[in-house]
Amino acid sequence: MQNHFQEIYNVLPLVLVACGVFLSVVIEIGSVKSEKILPWFSVLVFLGTSLFSVFNLNNCGTAYNNMLSYGGNVFIFYSLFNLAAALTVLSSMEYIKKYGSYFGEYYILLLSSVLGMMLMAGARDLFMVFIGLELMSICFYVLAGINRKKQNANEASLKYFLLGSFATGFVVYGIALIFGTAHTTSLEVIVSNFGSLSHNLLFVTGMLLFLVGFSFKIAAFPFHMWVPDVYQGSATTVSGLMSTGGKAAAFSVLLIALGAVFPGNAANVFRPYFAAIAAFSMLYGSIVAISQNNLKRMLAYSSIAHAGYMAIGLAAGNRESVAGIMFYLVAYTFMNLGAFGIIAMVEGADDTNLELKDYIGLSQRHPLLSALMALFMFSLSGLPPFAGFFGKYYVFISAIKADLTWLAILGVVSSVISVYFYLRVIVYMYFKEPEPEALPVHNNANGVLAVVISAILVVMFGIFPGTLINLITSYLR
Amino acid sequence: MIEQYIPIFLVIGVSVVFSMAVIASSKLFGPQRPDSEKLSTYESGMKPVGGVRERISIKYYLVAMLFIVFDIEVIFVYPWGVEFKKLLGEQGISALVPMIIFLVVLELGYLYVYKKGGLKWD
Repeated sequence: MQNHFQEIYNVLPLVLVACGVFLSVVIEIGSVKSEKILPWFSVLVFLGTSLFSVFNLNNCGTAYNNMLSYGGNVFIFYSLFNLAAALTVLSSMEYIKKYGSYFGEYYILLLSSVLGMMLMAGARDLFMVFIGLELMSICFYVLAGINRKKQNANEASLKYFLLGSFATGFVVYGIALIFGTAHTTSLEVIVSNFGSLSHNLLFVTGMLLFLVGFSFKIAAFPFHMWVPDVYQGSATTVSGLMSTGGKAAAFSVLLIALGAVFPGNAANVFRPYFAAIAAFSMLYGSIVAISQNNLKRMLAYSSIAHAGYMAIGLAAGNRESVAGIMFYLVAYTFMNLGAFGIIAMVEGADDTNLELKDYIGLSQRHPLLSALMALFMFSLSGLPPFAGFFGKYYVFISAIKADLTWLAILGVVSSVISVYFYLRVIVYMYFKEPEPEALPVHNNANGVLAVVISAILVVMFGIFPGTLINLITSYLR
Repeated sequence: MIEQYIPIFLVIGVSVVFSMAVIASSKLFGPQRPDSEKLSTYESGMKPVGGVRERISIKYYLVAMLFIVFDIEVIFVYPWGVEFKKLLGEQGISALVPMIIFLVVLELGYLYVYKKGGLKWD
């Protein structure tokens, strides 16, 4: 019995979020005031889980017959997902009311999608990876279409569902081939036998199919087709979580579940694959984003480019790159959530105020919002002293250490290209003559709070990057 | 290895040849005098009404989805019930706990559907 309680305590973050899901269902069906209670309840669950994870980083190990791991970098991911979700909830409180699509299910689905992400990050077994992936994805399919009366939200939801389930099919087939050749689904065993297995063509095929499925989830180049339409069509706050939490969860599988693989031999087997998706994603994302006038669409292409920068780290495949990618994910999560949070506030109902020209004169109407938007844009383009710069710095350094200097140079080139479209937003906000009939901005206390918190974190990780990177490195084996 | 499968290939080959031969011979030697009555969907049954690709009320899909709740319940409860006496001997009364948690979670889903009016037909 003592053992049971110890095991439950070890994976308590998962238990907390799972209980959060159940309690939120109870609140939704049991209380007439659920509209007021649910948002704050979910913020409470997310913050509690995040804090618990941060304070239990040193309690490392595996639970439930090697099914889940806890502590260390897994808990860093847990707290990242939960913080991202808490900020998303703060931004969405007013947002979903603005669109007249308040459903209690919105918060229930957010909670369960975060549970899925956490299962993915903690998985030590291919089945757990798959369960987490499906839990997260199915919630996102529904969340994408939460503005159910909007045509393009429906389009986004359906498109994401069809393409996403297709990608899941690749993952399942990959898992089947891996199981067929390795005779186990335990990642521990697969990783330790990787050297001999990597000569087996069927195993390599299985791994490649698995990686294709995850390349879809991280929105890397040849599997990116869904990204612009889905991010543009779905609710802005949901796009924010999809592009940060969803991407971080998919990367967490590649980094932690296959964690022992990447420093070492797997990097050599799959290096051409990762190098190719990295190079193509950054260049494609940065170049196509130049011609986008819709801000959500622009951020979607920038999300593809950022997946490319992070994939450089996968191609490098050394300790520095794993730490670098994790730092990049943390930085990217907060700067992107901030940008989407501001868009969610500036945006009017029915998809107005989303174009670049709507941001003309925002600096006069809302100095705070436009200053923060400028900060996030600087950080996204990778200018110091913001967190985005150090994310790119660590990843590029790891590439140079792994003799992939050409990839690092390509990364710098596409960052330079991307500066154009990020700074264009700032030019529109500050240096253009405002039109008199500008649409009103629906700013609200909760949304501003979320954006300010993201901004503080972006600046903090930009000024003191060493603390986080040392913490992550100390938990790498 | 491959020799073991020769009987199966033989059976497949014979069945393909035989069925094709029967159909071909009935086409070749049998009398064929079709008329509109013979070619209709049900030769001596009711008159067909409308097409098959009609739109079906979404309520049926809802019921089919809700059925999954109970389907899954049965799949897990039966094996547990068969082994329950053994479990009770090994773990005592705590053998009940996982199943109770499982059932509470499932019934919460059912309660959610009920409260949201998923079971109302009109």
